[in-house]
Amino acid sequence: MIPAKFDYIKASSLGEALTLLQEHGDEAKILSGGHSLIPSMKLRLATPSVLIDIGGISEMNTITEEGDEIVIGANCTHHQIATSDLVREHVNILSQAALCIGDIQVRNRGTLGGSLAHADPASDYPATVLACEATIVAEGKDGKRTIGANDFFQALFLTALQDDEIITAIRFPKVSQGTYQKFFQSASRFAVVGVAAIKKGDGVQIGVTGVSGVPFRATAVENAYDGTSSAAKHAMDGVDDIISDHFADEEYRSHLARVYVKRALEAL
Amino acid sequence: MGTFIGKPIKRREDARFLKGAGRYTDDIKLPKMTQSAFVRSPYAHAKIVRIDTTNARNMAGVVAIYTAEDGCGEYGVPCGWQVNFKNGETMREPKHPLLAKDKIRHLGEAVAIVIAETLEQARDAAEMVEVDYEPLPAVTDPQKAMDSGAPLVHDEWPDNAAFDWCIGNDRAEVEAALASAHHVTEMEYRNQRLAPNAIEPRSYIADYDVNAGKWTLYTSTQNPHLIRLLLCAFVLGIPEHKVRVLSYDVGGGFGSKIYHYTEEALLTWVSKEIGRPVKWTSDRSEAFLTDAHGRDHVVKSKMGFDKDGKIVAHLTDEYCALGAYLSTFAPAVPTYLHGTLFQGVYTTPLIHLNVTAPFTHTVAVDAYRGAGRPEATYLLERIISKAAKEMNMDPAEIRFKNFIPPFDGVNEPGYQTQVALQYDSGNYEAVLKRGLEMLGYEEFRKEQEEARRNGKLLGVGISTYIEGCGIAPSAVVGSLGARAGLYEVGAVRVQPTGKVSVFTGTHSHGQGHETVFAQFVADKLGIDMADVEIEHGDTDQVAFGMGTYGSRSLAVGGSAIIKSVEKVLEKGAKIAAHKLEAAEEDLEYAEGKWTVKGTDKSVSFGDVSLTAYVPHDYPEGLEPGLDFSSFYDPTNFTYPFGTHIAVVEVDSDTGKVHLKRFLACDDVGNVMNPMIVDGQIQGGVVQGVGQALLEEVVYDEVGQMLSGSYMEYAMPRADDVPMIETDRTVTPCPHNPLGVKGAGEAGAIGSTPAVVNAVVDALSHLGVTDIQMPLTPQRVWKAMHA
Ligand SMILES: Cc1cc2nc3c(=O)[nH]c(=O)nc-3n(C[C@H](O)[C@H](O)[C@H](O)COP(=O)(O)OP(=O)(O)OC[C@H]3O[C@@H](n4cnc5c(N)ncnc54)[C@H](O)[C@@H]3O)c2cc1C
Repeated sequence: MIPAKFDYIKASSLGEALTLLQEHGDEAKILSGGHSLIPSMKLRLATPSVLIDIGGISEMNTITEEGDEIVIGANCTHHQIATSDLVREHVNILSQAALCIGDIQVRNRGTLGGSLAHADPASDYPATVLACEATIVAEGKDGKRTIGANDFFQALFLTALQDDEIITAIRFPKVSQGTYQKFFQSASRFAVVGVAAIKKGDGVQIGVTGVSGVPFRATAVENAYDGTSSAAKHAMDGVDDIISDHFADEEYRSHLARVYVKRALEAL
Repeated sequence: MGTFIGKPIKRREDARFLKGAGRYTDDIKLPKMTQSAFVRSPYAHAKIVRIDTTNARNMAGVVAIYTAEDGCGEYGVPCGWQVNFKNGETMREPKHPLLAKDKIRHLGEAVAIVIAETLEQARDAAEMVEVDYEPLPAVTDPQKAMDSGAPLVHDEWPDNAAFDWCIGNDRAEVEAALASAHHVTEMEYRNQRLAPNAIEPRSYIADYDVNAGKWTLYTSTQNPHLIRLLLCAFVLGIPEHKVRVLSYDVGGGFGSKIYHYTEEALLTWVSKEIGRPVKWTSDRSEAFLTDAHGRDHVVKSKMGFDKDGKIVAHLTDEYCALGAYLSTFAPAVPTYLHGTLFQGVYTTPLIHLNVTAPFTHTVAVDAYRGAGRPEATYLLERIISKAAKEMNMDPAEIRFKNFIPPFDGVNEPGYQTQVALQYDSGNYEAVLKRGLEMLGYEEFRKEQEEARRNGKLLGVGISTYIEGCGIAPSAVVGSLGARAGLYEVGAVRVQPTGKVSVFTGTHSHGQGHETVFAQFVADKLGIDMADVEIEHGDTDQVAFGMGTYGSRSLAVGGSAIIKSVEKVLEKGAKIAAHKLEAAEEDLEYAEGKWTVKGTDKSVSFGDVSLTAYVPHDYPEGLEPGLDFSSFYDPTNFTYPFGTHIAVVEVDSDTGKVHLKRFLACDDVGNVMNPMIVDGQIQGGVVQGVGQALLEEVVYDEVGQMLSGSYMEYAMPRADDVPMIETDRTVTPCPHNPLGVKGAGEAGAIGSTPAVVNAVVDALSHLGVTDIQMPLTPQRVWKAMHA
């Protein structure tokens, strides 16, 4: 559990971080909470030669209300999100999801930006990001852009983010009613299945994580939704690339997805 | 009860542990100490084609790199127990080299060691060692290992069997009884493989002193003297009196730190080669790959009953994995520590167990908390509950019907089993009665019916276990194949001021010896606990010892200390008599002084000890000093027993098991410190629950481990278990001076089948009769929908 040798630079502004990232190219990695990156470095699965720590960039550490949106800086920790009054009031489902992550140590270090950039298929946030149709704000050498939730997650551990880009914030539309329901993997306590559901007018929007290589919107359920939970049986319609391991094979995981979509609809 | 015995005295050692001031091997830093890293095989079975260390040698800070070519420890690590084939053929005992030569036989086997100035440098250089492997097919399942054409672990033998073995009555007789039985219950399952997961990983420092020609080995072991003996006499052929093994604080073992591992021998060899101290501490990934695992039995069993539910015969065949090499006690675990408990607490008249023990392309399997007894108990307690269901009997009722009647081992003789052992004393009805009372069994059954009507899946599981502890009688274990004696050593050194140093050959790695041993020594000497210090873990201080496992520390080690205490009092009485100018037989000893009976003339323990060391006015012919060492070799094992009861609720949608209540009524004989016994039971229960619901080492078909980290290997956590409710009955052990039986394994032995019985009970109306452990939500759900 000893990482290979690396250099460490603490960036004091976003501009500096972007410049450093360009300078060092492939050799460099952004360090945020370090709770995904450092473990993989200790196992020598990742061997960056430079770490650019963005943790000290204070402009990425705020939670603000901007009209109909709550804007969360990428550096906000899970704990901040779980306990923020603004989030609890306007995007309560996100604080529910944050509270399901790891333990108190993990929540005190790990960040929303880091989690989304890492794109672990068993991570919790993607379900909520999808259900809420949040937008990811990224900045790179070509300037700033926003990426819609549906376009962001592309494959296992792969996102729409360019190598030279940093997530600066995530914009969540305010949500009146939402619920996050998670079936914990017994060893890692990541999500075997995580279902986020929000009310939108008469309809629902549902995001599902843990089940497939890429988190997805349960559109078949959304379309069939009739105000009851009966549409839950469609949770896996059209879903492929289902994850299978010794905790949950495809059959069981698919079953759990239907159960948890049902529970989410019932809890709404 | 005395002043200290039987009291829940807080553990003295905890202050240093809680303050982070414990002295674990990895905390120790010696001058000029080097660090090391191993190059380990990424394959379970492979030919080593080429090892190239050139690039690695040129890395910064590298001191040396060794491979098997360098001739380290050519004899390899020996096995400490021999179990021969049923036909008399000698056990197949492969050489276990310190570094793999030519061939890899399990994932993580070491092929090279890199020594460097810092740990980072050692790890970096280890990455640069180039090894070319030619991967070969592997077999990890013990039953498949015996299939014809299975890949061979050791090419020198025609198949993978290390030995086969049987115990009990004549097989034909047992089969005949089964054939004519009123009812036969069958079970087939795998008692899954577990990783021991001590919190402190294994850690070693070897330090060769060139001038003195002496080695010091700091090691996280349960067993310092045995390590020294094996290291010197078998592996390295170095003189035992020039080796000191030190094992200060050890952070848990659960069996995995009994054994002599290749790494500790190799480090000892390396320290002389480089003339400097060298350290290695396993990381968690290495621990999963290289610490000896537990369990892994494939079981096929039949139990026959008469129409009243009395057991008439029991026949079991098992395949028990040993791993690629024979670990120190490995052959004993599925045999003498397992088959000898097949009587359980029942009067079963006919028993036969047949074991085939193959090599597998996995790390070794050896004793893990309970060692063979949990596997026996799981089988008996599951099959009898299954039989009760099939015969429409209550699981408590069928047990009461079959219990061995109470016997105290003093007025009534011990109970002679069909499987070699004679139980010391027992009252099995009493613990079950008390267990049922603790739960409110009748009430619970009503509640369960009600719950079922409401669609809830509520279940209760009972287990009434017995186990063998105080692992000892040397003559007995010797006749069963042990290559070591299993007595214990206890020394009591009274200092001139009356303070007492106690030396024990047992070794605490979490049990609280420093507290418990001081409790009874202080009581027996009538002095304060603060005046008694317990020393262990240093082969230079303690004459000899066999270490701590099998709940032997108090029953065997404590008894050795008591013998020395008695010698101190005997000699003390002579000195006291001289000082009091009285006859020895006119003295009585109480509260730390000798008093002439019927008078107020007395002399204190401190006065006597000072006189022993300043013998100016002294009994003629008596040696000065008060310092005794004793060996204690008991006449029998001890046999703790108890009842464990689990209450579970199963989520009908997901199959997830919620353990709602856990009740344990154990009988561990006399209790020295009830708080520590409760702690042992609770910790053990949680470990047993871990096996029932969560833990499993999973290998894929090529021998890769799919559960090699805490992301995939599920350990029980605080929120997985309810508060464990404990109670006790007390049936003293008749054959040791403290009347103690042992409490270290009981929790892990009794709990596992109780939990599984409860889950099966909760689902029985759905037609579920058995579920493979661990009972993950997926397995439970699939069983419900099979
Ligand atoms: C014991 C444990 C339990 C956990 N349990 C859970 C759980 O239950 N559910 C769950 O969802 N997660 C869990 N996690 C993961 C945790 O949430 C991590 O914190 C998170 O996945 C990564 O966030 P981080 O800030 O630590 O990122 P880092 O580890 O610092 O970075 C992760 C990756 O993202 C990149 N990165 C970081 N920030 C940015 C950015 N702003 N822009 C672009 N790239 C960036 C890094 O370069 C790196 O590649 C657990 C982690 C641990 C250690």
